[in-house]
Order: sequence, then structure tokens, then C-alpha cells
Amino acid sequence: MAAPMDTLKSHESGSDGLSIRLEFSGGAELLFDKIKKHDITLDTSNGSNWNIRRLISWIKDNLLKERPELFVQNNTVRPGILVLVNDADWELVGELDYNLQADDRIVFISTLHGG
Amino acid sequence: MPVSCRLCGGSAILKRPKTGDALCKDCFFSAFEAEIHQTILDAELFKKGERVAVGASGGKDSTVLAYIMKLLNERHDYGLDIVLLSVDEGITGYRDDSLETVKRNQMQYDLPLKIVSYEELYGWTMDAIVKQIGLKSNCTFCGVFRRQALDRGALLVKADKIVTGHNADDIAETVIMNVLRGDVARLRRCTAITTGADGALPRCKPFKYTYEKEIVMYAYFKKLDYFSTECIYSPNAYRGHARTYLKDLEKIRPSSIIDIIHSGESLSIKKDVKMPTQGTCTRCGYISSRPLCKACVLLEGLNKGLPKLGIGKEHKERKKLALLQAQSFNQTIEPATSANVTTESSTPSSSSIAGANTVPQRIDF
Repeated sequence: MAAPMDTLKSHESGSDGLSIRLEFSGGAELLFDKIKKHDITLDTSNGSNWNIRRLISWIKDNLLKERPELFVQNNTVRPGILVLVNDADWELVGELDYNLQADDRIVFISTLHGG
Repeated sequence: MPVSCRLCGGSAILKRPKTGDALCKDCFFSAFEAEIHQTILDAELFKKGERVAVGASGGKDSTVLAYIMKLLNERHDYGLDIVLLSVDEGITGYRDDSLETVKRNQMQYDLPLKIVSYEELYGWTMDAIVKQIGLKSNCTFCGVFRRQALDRGALLVKADKIVTGHNADDIAETVIMNVLRGDVARLRRCTAITTGADGALPRCKPFKYTYEKEIVMYAYFKKLDYFSTECIYSPNAYRGHARTYLKDLEKIRPSSIIDIIHSGESLSIKKDVKMPTQGTCTRCGYISSRPLCKACVLLEGLNKGLPKLGIGKEHKERKKLALLQAQSFNQTIEPATSANVTTESSTPSSSSIAGANTVPQRIDF
């Protein structure tokens, strides 16, 4: 069932920005207005790198709609939320220190929701 | 710098929590499936020709379980007759949605599906119970009723066994909770891969050694259709804390989960520790260590407008029941001497309690 608001454009992609796709599932989307896919563009104008540590803090400030403690804890994702970078376990690519590349797809899956 | 698969050298997609191995998608699938098959063989969970009811909620664990059971049954010729079994607790906006997922799974996996509801079994939906008792202790009702409902449903479809999607994380969490509560009897039982073989239907947990992370990754890469949400009637808070604690431990040392299960398995209970003896409920016939099973006590409380009856300390509960019983004696058997009534009342029998609107149908377990 594709919801009409399945994809949300948070920012128009500009010329100097890092465009990536974020996906939330397994119940994590409930903290983001039930929107699973977000295409975002991160500001690179001051030339600094974007790693996942910085991305998580950006998500907290810009996308999280409710109960932030269920997603972010101690500047990382709450234990029990799986993170995939281009369909690979983030534990294989450096976790918080992974440097984002253009068109990366970052997936956050909650394992904390029952059924 | 992609990490390569430890087995085939392909591009790894997952770091296994149990072993630390990096594996590619195909090697992960085969390792995951092979380990569950091995668990089933080692514990001799099934016999050829058995009918097995898969407790299916539409959530991640039971969805993967249904998929894996069908796959392994065909691949290794277990000769099992697999049925999906769902419980409808009657929670609007929660279970009705997840049951839609189970119905889709039924079609995707081509397996028969049976749904039993609290309403038909007990005369109460969870919505109605919450209206009566509020949001405290409601999880107790739901948990007790669900356990019986699965057994009753399984008997209706003539299943020989029930399999549930409890995974390693769930079992480790239960070990911790039973330690914290000092519940020695449950602590001893909770790590068993098969339980209930002596009374009701045997229940097995083929995912006993399977990490939740891998179940979720498997579902993700296989694109399995599952439902994830929070129950609208607030989650079990105590279990929530145990879960958070466990996830924090897993982050520091992934083997913690298996280690806790191992600790639970290795505990031996001193001979002089008194264990409750399992009997059957005098009213509905379900296994129970007391004259009345927990479900019947809870149900009686609901039906008599004393919903707290089955909640809280055991002695308080018994006192209230005795009082209730004495009252019903006085009402129904007018000329009885009151001395007789008060001394007998600590062991209720089915004939002595009048006024319950709904008594669960008696089934021979």
C-alpha cells in the first residue's frame, strides 16, 4: 500500500549540496509522521564533511517529529535500531564515522516494535 | 572499501552479531536457514506427519517464522502440515491492521489460516477490558488470555504443536525479568526450547538461538511483508526496561544475548526449593498450578465488576476470592450454616461460584 505521502522532499536539491535518500521502517517511521522515504539535501557550503554522526544530529533537528529519545541516544541511534548504508550493515563501513557520498541510501530499521 | 564475505569473498552486507563474521547476502541467507534447520534437528522439534500451528501476529518474528517453516518443510521434507494461527485481541487500530498482514501472508505463502478472538473465547475484547480497567494491568489480561487463546485455537485446528517466533533476544529478556522478579519456577522453564509437553499442547521456539537483528535483516533482504507498530494500549513497561538494558549490553558485547540464555540453561535449582505443582483448572481444564487458572480468575473479576481480582499479590487475591465465594454461597444456598462456608472457602470449586456471565468453554487439554 503506497501512501500518497510516501516520499517527502524536505529540500530542493541545490547545486552545492549533498543529496541522499533516508528510509525509516520497522516502526521507526512512526516517529517521522509515518513517512518512510525522505529525499534530503545536506548543506555543504562551508566545505565540511558529512558523516553519519552529523547526519543523526541533523535528523534529530530537522525530521524527528516526536519522542526523540526513541531514536537518538547519546548522539547515536538508540540501540536496537539497525542502520544500513546502501544496503550494507553500517557496522561494516565505520558506523558513525562513515562519510556520506552523493546519492547514498541510508535505511533505519527499528527492531524494538513488536507485532 | 567494501568488506568482503568471509565465506565466498563477495560483497558483505551484514556483520553477524553471534560470530562477528561479515557475510554477503546469499551466504547470510544460507547460514541463517541452516542454523534454524540445525536447531530443529538437534532438539527434535517435529515428527513427520505432525500438524504444526504457527502463532502468527503479522509482526517481524512470526512472519519470518512462517516463511522459514514453509521453506525448511519443503527443502528438508519434514512432512509437516503447517497452519497459520492468529489471535484477535480486539484492539481497534492495532490488531485489525496486523491481521490484514497475516491474511496477505496466508496468500503469499499459501498456508491455511485460523483466527480466534478474545471476544468469542472470553466474551470480552481488549477494547472492552481497557474501558473497564483502564491502562494499568491491561497487559496482564492480554498476556494471560493470549497464551490460552493460542492453545484453544491450536486445538480447534487439531494441531499437534504450536511454534512461536520467540527469538534469542526475547528469551534473554525473559531470563532477566525472571531473575529480577525472583520467579524461580519460570526461570527454570523459560529457556526450554519446547514447553508444555506435559499438559497442553507442546510449544516450540525454533528461533531460540536466532538474534533479532538477523531476523529483521532477513526480512529486509527477503522483502517479507510484516507489520510493525506499537500497541495502542501502552507497552509493558517492565519488559521495556529489560529490553533496553539488553540492547545496551548487546551494543557493548553482542554475545551477551546468547550468554544470558546459556546462564539461564545452566542454572540448577536447589532440591529443597519448593516448586508449584502443575494441575488443571477446575473450571476450564487448562493447565494451572492453582485450583482456578489465571484466565478464569481474571475473567471472573471482569464479569463481577471486580477487575482487580486477579492482579496484585496472591494472598490478597485469594482473600477477595474467598470473600466473593462466601457471598455467593450466602446468596445461593440460603440455609447453609455460615461456619461451614467460611472455612471451606479457600479452595474454590467450579460449582460454588455463581454469576459468571462467560466461562471459557471447557476443552480437554
